[in-house]
Amino acid sequence: MAIDVYKMGAALDSSNASDIQKEILAVLDKEKSIILDMTDCSYVSSAGLRVMLYSYKIAAAKGNKVYLVGVSDEVRDVMSMTGFEKFFEFFNSVDEVKE
Amino acid sequence: MQRVDLFPTHEYGGYKLRAGRPYPFGATVIGNAVNFSIYSRYATDCTLVLFHNHDKTPFLEIPFFKEFRLGNVFSMMVFDLDYENIEYGYRMDGPFDPQQGHRFDKTKILMDPYAKLIAGRDVWGKEPDWVNNYQYRSRVVFDDFDWENDLPLETPVNDLVIYEMHVRNFTCGANSGVKHPGTFAGIAERIPYLKKLGVNCIELMPIHEFDEFENSRPAPDGHTLYNFWGYSNVGFFAPKAAYASTGKYSMQVDELKNLIKKLHSEGIEVILDVVFNHTAEGNENGPYISYRGIDNKTYYMLTHDGYYFNFSGCGNTLNCNNPNVRDMIVESLRYWVTDYHVDGFRFDLAAILGRDQNGYPMANPPLLESLAHDPILGKTKLIAEAWDAGGLYQVGSFPSWGRWAEWNGKFRDAVRRFVKGDEHVLDDVKERITGSADLYASANRGIKASVNFVTAHDGFTMMDLVSYNGKHNDANGEGNRDGDDNNNSWNCGWEGESTDIGTNFLRHKQIKNFISILMTSQGIPMVLSGDEIGNTQYGNNNAYCQDNEISWIDWNNLEKNADLFNYFQKIIKFRRQHRALRYEYHLGHSDWRNLGMPDFSWHGVKAWQPWNTYNNLTQAFMLNGRYADSDGKPDDFIYVAMNMHWDMHGFELPQLPDGLKWHVFANTAMAAPQDICEPGYEILLDNQWEVLVEARSIMILVGK
Repeated sequence: MAIDVYKMGAALDSSNASDIQKEILAVLDKEKSIILDMTDCSYVSSAGLRVMLYSYKIAAAKGNKVYLVGVSDEVRDVMSMTGFEKFFEFFNSVDEVKE
Repeated sequence: MQRVDLFPTHEYGGYKLRAGRPYPFGATVIGNAVNFSIYSRYATDCTLVLFHNHDKTPFLEIPFFKEFRLGNVFSMMVFDLDYENIEYGYRMDGPFDPQQGHRFDKTKILMDPYAKLIAGRDVWGKEPDWVNNYQYRSRVVFDDFDWENDLPLETPVNDLVIYEMHVRNFTCGANSGVKHPGTFAGIAERIPYLKKLGVNCIELMPIHEFDEFENSRPAPDGHTLYNFWGYSNVGFFAPKAAYASTGKYSMQVDELKNLIKKLHSEGIEVILDVVFNHTAEGNENGPYISYRGIDNKTYYMLTHDGYYFNFSGCGNTLNCNNPNVRDMIVESLRYWVTDYHVDGFRFDLAAILGRDQNGYPMANPPLLESLAHDPILGKTKLIAEAWDAGGLYQVGSFPSWGRWAEWNGKFRDAVRRFVKGDEHVLDDVKERITGSADLYASANRGIKASVNFVTAHDGFTMMDLVSYNGKHNDANGEGNRDGDDNNNSWNCGWEGESTDIGTNFLRHKQIKNFISILMTSQGIPMVLSGDEIGNTQYGNNNAYCQDNEISWIDWNNLEKNADLFNYFQKIIKFRRQHRALRYEYHLGHSDWRNLGMPDFSWHGVKAWQPWNTYNNLTQAFMLNGRYADSDGKPDDFIYVAMNMHWDMHGFELPQLPDGLKWHVFANTAMAAPQDICEPGYEILLDNQWEVLVEARSIMILVGK
């Protein structure tokens, strides 16, 4: 499976959303799926949620996937309440995705 | 292609600018700029004030240059703003001359009237920092949301069963079982309950941004009284942040949209209770939030010497038929339909929307006409509370253009009186049961103009309606003077909660009588949330300020009053299964299609003889299902015998066409579970000629 891992920092918000979006798109442009490793990420803002969903849309259009790994309970709860959760598959570890 | 008109032309304070687009008003993201646009007819100057989130002092104030002003609109684009992390407001300069209607004060920072996201009251009940001179803070919204294939449901209005609810009441109480009580997310968690009950529309009490701390004060027993219901708008475009569990992250817009999308996926519509009659700025002693400082004379109805008209009973009156305010209202409603997929609106004190700028009622109010004909709102439900606090009462005469429905307060009053045993109300009740033809048969309005209800947020809950003769509002701190005295209630022999089995049985029976009449009447039924489990407010009929167990629905009652829930659930299902109960236009009361019997007929204790007997408290009606055919398949006959008299009486049954038999669907005199059947599984009557209806009871039969 052609897949890359993107390691997210402590927060995904408007301060870094634009740069992270570009980096994710660079992977998706290579016709690869991507794993967003959110293990260290404790905060995702509105802008950050949109980075994730936009990535999903681009990947899906190419028949690829965006996998989320290590999403904290708090972030997942926010994603659930705001309607973003339903688009993603959630995993505990990068290895779990690759299996 | 890149646009050629998105290059900065000016610079101020390190930010690049250019003249903005006057329209739309508000803050709009365009490319890498935010377009700020605000209207004021009388302001002489305007300054954009920018804060980092939550900061007390602004980091920058940018004046609108002369070339950024077109007509009476100030507009400017600011480039490369980190708009997720800023709050904005305006300073307006102009005359301070209250007698002439002007109250400009450039020391005040003002919220954008078109703000689609408002910060400052992000977490419910968190004491505000009153020293902060900018309390309600405009923000730029992320307005993209993935609706997938969702749209407003456009359920035919006559098919609706409306459930009126308050965001906090619904899930703050005991045993609600949700993870996020008192929020949009909490409602989403309870969608399976709404589905089980069978309602197909929720009507949310105000969810526009308001301040729960407006007029907050200690109650006699020390607990805090809030502006709990929220009938006092801060902004008309933003959802109440503290109603979102994610409000602390400013994600209330997404959380509400997600709720509506989920409700739609389960076939449940959303109607918003909207308050366009006044704002939270109060009278001349009130705070500067926005409108007063931006264009007082435009936004408010003022007396000739500059004081505020008070047709709302809340200190001021929005100047609804000023063309610019009218535009704002239309814009707001369009926004809630296009961006939130809202299915309809219930307009609080809507009679005010028909008053001219001097407060006089108009024959053809332009605002109401605009809404009736608006293309975006073309299939949106428009429901008026057709009265105001200034004495204008327009039930039956609200200007409608065939589009507006009304809360039918006359249905509430007549049915309450009939069920308690008032012998002077039968003729009125008959009008109400048949869709209030006296009110709505003209002007092409029809049955679909009548929203029928027995209880609503104003007044007693249904359990209290049968448990209290008088209101008990002491907890509101006004010496029991507030709230309506005209409740048409009856306590069934004991004031307040009772342990007497007979009293409680009678109370449950009266509740089943109410819901039976409501669900078998022509018109759109509305149920107050909690009534289906016998929710009490302990006799408080005006719980607008009670954010506590008085208002919150106690879900332990779902088990305690399981018979009520079962009855509500089945009779709602019955209504939704029978087209004969859901006509759009009034019936002929005649056999105009020559089908053997009239479409609708009244009966007394003798069939076909609807004479007034037993103190005018016995009456029956029959719907001929052959008039309610769909796809060539006729509905059943439905016969409802109402005995509100204090003795049992026999009702002679009208004879059915050959091959059909009477079956019992419901009998409120019976103890559960014999009181009501699963619709479609009604029990064949042994005696096809007569039924005995117990005192204060209703029987519903099906002819099939």
